[in-house]
Parts: sequence; C-alpha cells; structure tokens
Amino acid sequence: MPIIKVENLSKTFDALTAVDNVSFEVDEGTIFGFLGPNGAGKTTTINILCTLLSPTSGKASIAGHDCVKEPSEVRKAIGIVFQDTTLDKDLTAYENLMLHAYLYDVKRNEMKSRIDDALYFVGLYERRDDLVKKFSGGMKRRLEVARGIIHRPRVLFLDEPTLGLDPQTRANLWEFIVGLPKKHNVTIFMTTHYMEEAEVCDSIAIIDKGKIIASGTPEELKKTIGGDVIYIRTSDNEKARSEIEKLFGLEVSEKDNELFLTTLKGDACIPEIIKAIGEKVLSVRLQRPTLNDVFLKMTGKQIREINGSSDDTIREAVRAYRRRHS
Amino acid sequence: MIEVNAVYVLIARDLKKFVREKGRLVSTLARPLIWLFLVGGGMSRLVSPGMGMSYIQFIFPGILGMTILFSSIFSSISIIWDKEFGLMKEILVAPVSRFSIVIGKALSGTIISVIQTAVILLLLPFLGIKLSFLSVPYTLGVAFLLAFCISSLGIIIATFFENLESFSSIMNFIVMPMFFLSGAMYPVQKLPEILRHLAKINPLTFGVDALKHAIFRENHVYDFPLFTDLGVLIISSIVFVVIAGFSFERK
Ligand SMILES: Nc1ncnc2c1ncn2[C@@H]1O[C@H](COP(=O)(O)OP(=O)(O)O)[C@@H](O)[C@H]1O
Ligand SMILES: [Mg+2]
Repeated sequence: MPIIKVENLSKTFDALTAVDNVSFEVDEGTIFGFLGPNGAGKTTTINILCTLLSPTSGKASIAGHDCVKEPSEVRKAIGIVFQDTTLDKDLTAYENLMLHAYLYDVKRNEMKSRIDDALYFVGLYERRDDLVKKFSGGMKRRLEVARGIIHRPRVLFLDEPTLGLDPQTRANLWEFIVGLPKKHNVTIFMTTHYMEEAEVCDSIAIIDKGKIIASGTPEELKKTIGGDVIYIRTSDNEKARSEIEKLFGLEVSEKDNELFLTTLKGDACIPEIIKAIGEKVLSVRLQRPTLNDVFLKMTGKQIREINGSSDDTIREAVRAYRRRHS
Repeated sequence: MIEVNAVYVLIARDLKKFVREKGRLVSTLARPLIWLFLVGGGMSRLVSPGMGMSYIQFIFPGILGMTILFSSIFSSISIIWDKEFGLMKEILVAPVSRFSIVIGKALSGTIISVIQTAVILLLLPFLGIKLSFLSVPYTLGVAFLLAFCISSLGIIIATFFENLESFSSIMNFIVMPMFFLSGAMYPVQKLPEILRHLAKINPLTFGVDALKHAIFRENHVYDFPLFTDLGVLIISSIVFVVIAGFSFERK
C-alpha cells in the first residue's frame, strides 16, 4: 500500500524549474531513499510534501490526504528532520521535545513517558536538561530524530540526516534510522547525496536537475550496470582467459596484468572459476557495482564531481558571517 | 484543544527564555529610567507643558509607552531569529492554525511588556512620582491592550524580513518614528499639521493617550476621548492579527 503518492509534481521558482514532473510512490513501512546531487530538487520536494511550499503543478498525497487541500491532516501524519537544524538552542533537550509534544497535541498524561522513551531511544536521556547549544552536531541530529517520532507520525522525513557529521556518528545514526520502521511503525523518506548511504533503502529514486532519472530497489538499479566485476590474476593469464571464455561463455578482458569479467552473482561465480581453470590463481577480487556507478551511467557524471566536498564548510562559513554582521 | 495548547506552549517558551536571559529585564528597564531622568530632567528646565505638571511628569506615560513599544517589537522580531535559526519551520509544519501561532506570539510579547510596565510602576514611589491606587490596574489594563496591538504589528513586520540585517532598518524607519510621532514627548495637538495627521495613523498615539487617561485621570492632558483610544487599539489589534495570520501562509 503506497502511503506517499506523488504524481507529475513540478515546482518553478521564477525561471528555475527545481522539481520537474516528478512521480513516485512509497510503500508503508519501508525506507525510501531520494538521491541526488546538491541542487537536484530534493529539499524542494520535501517542502512540498510537508506543506511548507505549494507546488506549481501536479499532485502529492500522504496517508490519503492531499498535501495542498488538507495540510492539517498531512501535518498530523508526518514528522520531519530538516536539512538545517530547527531546534531552539536556548532551550534544553527536554524543553524542545515538550514544545513539540504540545504543538502536536500529545495527551498530557502520555507526554512525559513519550519524551523519556524518545530520549532513551536516541541515547540522550542523561543529557535531557542540558541546553541544546551545548550539543554536538550528532547529538542535535539525534535529538531531532527523537522529536520527529514523539507524535507517532506515519511518515518520517529525513533531509540529509548525516550531512556534516563525522563517519563514526554517521554510522551510529544510520544504525538507528534503519531500526525505525520496525520499532516505531513508521515509513522513512530520506534524502542524501552520499550514494553509498542509500544501500540500506528498500527503494530508491535518483533525481538530477529536478527530474527522476532512475528508480527501483538498490539491487534492481545496480543490475542495470550489468552485474559484479571479478578481477583475477593467474600464473598464465592468456590460457586462463581462453579457458574461462570457453567454459562460461563470458567475455574476459585484461588490464594491468589482470583479467576482469562482468557477471551477475559474482560471489557465487568465483569458486566455479577457480575450480575450472588449470592455472595457478595468484589473486582474486570482486567489485560490486555501487549506486555511484548507477548515477555515473545515467548522467555520465560522477556525483562527487558535482558535489564538491567543501559545500558544507562554505554554508557554515556563510551562516557564521551573517551572524557576526547582524 | 490543540490550538489552546499551541498558544500556551509558545507563551511558555518565550517566558522561559525571558527569565533565563536575566540581562534583558535589566536592560529594558534601564532605557525608560534613563530617558525619564536624563531627557525628562533636562527638558524640565526648558519647557513647561503647563497643565499644572512638570515635563518629567508629562512624559511619564510616554516613557511607559516607549517601554511597551520596544519590548513588544523586540519580542515579535524574535520571529526573524526563529526563521534564521530554523525553529520557525518546526512551528509551521505543526498541525496548528497560523492564527494560534500569531496569537501565542502576540500574547507572549504582551505578557512580557506588561511585566515590565508593572516593574516600572513598582519603582515609582522610590522615584518620587505619585500615582493614585486605582491608576495601577487601570494602567496595566491599558498596557495590555497597547502591548497586544504593537506585538501583533511587530509580527506583521517580522514576516516581511528574512534575516537580522534588516533589524536596524526596522528600528530606524519604523520604531523610532512611531515613538516620536506618538505624543509621548509632546502633545499631539502641538505638532505641525502634517505630523499631526501621521500621528493619527499611529496606534501608539492612542496607546500613549490612553495611558495619560489612566495615569492622570482628572487632569486633562489627553488628546482624544478614552473611548476612541480603546476602540482604535482593539480594532487595530484584530486587523493586525488577521493580516499576520495570512502573511504566515506558505508561498
Ligand atoms: N526559495 C527558493 N527560491 C529560488 N530558488 C530556490 C528556492 N529553493 C530552492 N531553490 C533552487 O531550487 C533548486 C533545488 O534546490 P533544493 O531542492 O534545495 O536541492 P537539493 O535539496 O536537492 O540540494 C536549486 O537550484 C535551488 O537553488
Ligand atoms: Mg537539500
């Protein structure tokens, strides 16, 4: 059952089409990944879905409620962790969650237990009475996730939840994002421009310049690349090559003294190949296609080339500058 | 119920932060006292408003009006902070009506202003200014109406600005003219004609006038009947809340 439905959605800012005729569906209880480089239109799509922006054309609905016509119903059904933090830094962690609970009409007698549970869940219970301005980036993110689930939303939006976090914190955050659908019975809609993070998603849509260029499960998408690549070095590459070609009917190439071939289920193929060839095998490695390869194939560009690694730093610097000069 | 909760929690948040920032109460109290004694004290030698009182007494309602003006505007302008630092988004995606958000914000500005007014009134006996006992609740009542009106006007202003750079323009082009064109420093009747007309579209003029009614009572220093003052404050408050509610709608 799709809980999010988006049909031919477009959003134009002046001359710029940020979201261009986008359609997709997300099934209840799954993790959906919305992938794309910076400026692809991910946040704009989320803003439309969570009723902060109205679309220029097209339709979107969540849990059966139209995002334009029934904003109040949609708002009740969703929780959001925005790309930039939206906590009140001058309040404590507990007070931030309390503010949220009141805004979402959580029953007075359940409020405390729900807030405590959420704080335990993200490992911030001990820090509940600290002002948020004393929190690290990772703690703020976790607190925002806790806040997002207090009112038991049916869909939780996470816009670049790991942006700007160190690898360790990123890994921890992922661990409990992946646990959310089962524990809290919620559908996850997340965006990221780190393609490798999207491997855990049940389904994925890749967006570039406002258009969806590919969608499916991570496995399906990677299959479009043509499968895994096996690299083998043997005592006699020439002979091994002709044997593999003859026995398996696969095309084998050679590069840098190493044979390589593309096949589905590479891990299962390796033992077969080693058993079949007479030459001594010196090394074997298996390379699985990544979502980066998918993006590369679809657009002819590496996503990393587009993002440039310093965008977060620049954003932070600009904000700091504006703060100083106000 | 959810709307009442939302109004309550927005007020609670602002009051909590107000109490936490101890410096804010002190600095907002310092301004009116400085004005009262430096400006009022200095000008008392130069001008006499007649009407059987000194200049320092004459400007006292105006100084209260100034306290309410600054404190209410500051409170509403904090919405720009909330936009810049993100919390506004969290509030806007909550399933509450935009009017509850406006009313919650306006009431928190109002309550903070009334608290400050009350503290100034408490200080009066120590400053040698006498106030009749009945004037106190009367003054606080008027302060409440005026503060609500200015706070909701402040919210409209805040919805037009996205960042804090605009803060000084708001002060220079909106707040200061409102103050000087309000009858706080001189009777509106004595203003040149053009300024007099401008004063009459300034809600603060009617608030200060109502404060003059409340503080001087029998002494006829006011410019308009009390009925007019209160009517203008109430009607403009309603209009401001409606405009502010709509200006919060999504783009
Ligand atoms: N309020 C806005 N006004 C004008 N242009 C905007 C606005 N918001 C986003 N854009 C533009 O729309 C495009 C998509 O932005 P966004 O949705 O934030 O991308 P992403 O989240 O995928 O990085 C960008 O080119 C951005 O500059
Ligand atoms: Mg974004």
